[in-house]
Amino acid sequence: MQKGKKIIAIGERDGVPGPVIAECLEGAGYEVVFQVTECFV
Amino acid sequence: MNFENQGVIKRLADQYGPENLTVVLGNGEANGVEVFAETVTEGDPSYAGPLAGVALKIPVYHVLEEEVLSEVPNPLREEKLQLSSLVIDVESMHQVLQAARDKI
Repeated sequence: MQKGKKIIAIGERDGVPGPVIAECLEGAGYEVVFQVTECFV
Repeated sequence: MNFENQGVIKRLADQYGPENLTVVLGNGEANGVEVFAETVTEGDPSYAGPLAGVALKIPVYHVLEEEVLSEVPNPLREEKLQLSSLVIDVESMHQVLQAARDKI
């Protein structure tokens, strides 16, 4: 992934939720500008 | 992708420029990943949402792809992603997402 990009995290309830993606990417030094968890039922 | 989220992504692309954004997915199954990827690269394939006809060409990854995983610090990866990586088959998603990125 290219460093310096702003991250849009679209998680899934039955996969990896948005907040987890955001936490991991922030830990990697990225700025997360939006995170959400979609739900398919 | 639901219309509300499409609207948010469109607004963020206007605000920051699509060339400065990357989408990271967390889908549990490959089903649907292709539609997500197409929506943020070529536009909403259903032609119904805010991104209909809007080709943002934003690179899209799955959080469990090696390109993303390798950047997450080890302790965080083990605590937050290790379990998911055991149950989610990321290889089929990787092929779809790599193909979408190659088209940008």
